[in-house]
Amino acid sequence: MSATPHDHDQHESCRHYLRSISEYLDGTLSDTLCDEIEAHMATCENCRVVVNTLSKTVLLYRRLPSPEMPDEVKERLFKVLDLRPYYHADESSEKPAE
Amino acid sequence: MTNADDAEMVARLQAGDQAAYAQLVDENAGRIYRLALRMLGSEADAEDVLQETFLSAFKSIENFEARSSLSTWLYRIATNAALMRLRRKEPQQVSVDEPIESDDGELIPRQFFDFCCLPETDLLRDEARAEMMRAIEELPATLRSVFVLRDIEGLSTEETAETLNLSISAVKSRLMRARLKLRERLSIYFAHATEETR
Ligand SMILES: [Zn+2]
Repeated sequence: MSATPHDHDQHESCRHYLRSISEYLDGTLSDTLCDEIEAHMATCENCRVVVNTLSKTVLLYRRLPSPEMPDEVKERLFKVLDLRPYYHADESSEKPAE
Repeated sequence: MTNADDAEMVARLQAGDQAAYAQLVDENAGRIYRLALRMLGSEADAEDVLQETFLSAFKSIENFEARSSLSTWLYRIATNAALMRLRRKEPQQVSVDEPIESDDGELIPRQFFDFCCLPETDLLRDEARAEMMRAIEELPATLRSVFVLRDIEGLSTEETAETLNLSISAVKSRLMRARLKLRERLSIYFAHATEETR
């Protein structure tokens, strides 16, 4: 790839928007800044890929299955805490709040 | 749990009511265990942190002031216990594949493989998930704790800040750095995985 005088400016604005990308995904940016980012993405393939894949990254992590606490772990916990008489195995294990 | 429920619960706990202790454990142990497991990546360590959390909570329940909810308070104890454990055993490893960091600590992406629209079967396979777990484990503890609380456990920015005793802006900037680092790792992984199956 050959460097044109334009590349430097382009790179600078990418870095400028990069700072706000994470908040952009969380929807906590001002409308003006969102519009600016979207206008920039329309002309910048790299930033478009970064935003798309960053959003996908977060989504994939949110969809990781939650590990369940094994009953033995819970039983040992009650024992350590001197709460043995109150121990009961989870029939329907607690569901993640969502 | 509402604040009123919380206040009643705190009163029972402070009075030494064993059934209340058991109820607190019942309602929170699963979440605490999950948090510790995500932070530490080891079931044995997660169980230790789980036990430490409740032992320490019971010891200090007398001093509990309702400035935060019981569950946030427990999260904070658990997160601190997990962080302490991490600091003890974490050699400051730096991966070759990390994004470049500029002088002011900004992260500059260098992977531009667009994996966002790969088929779900590729994105969700066991191997990809194992890679995702390894990627979290390689984050520095300061970034990992924010990412786990915010993006995996789903706490708000404010709750995360309160749990970790950080400012809102510190939470936001650490979250962004964590996300960018993970994105970089996954980009490399999916680019290779896609090449192999071609
Ligand atoms: Zn750009």
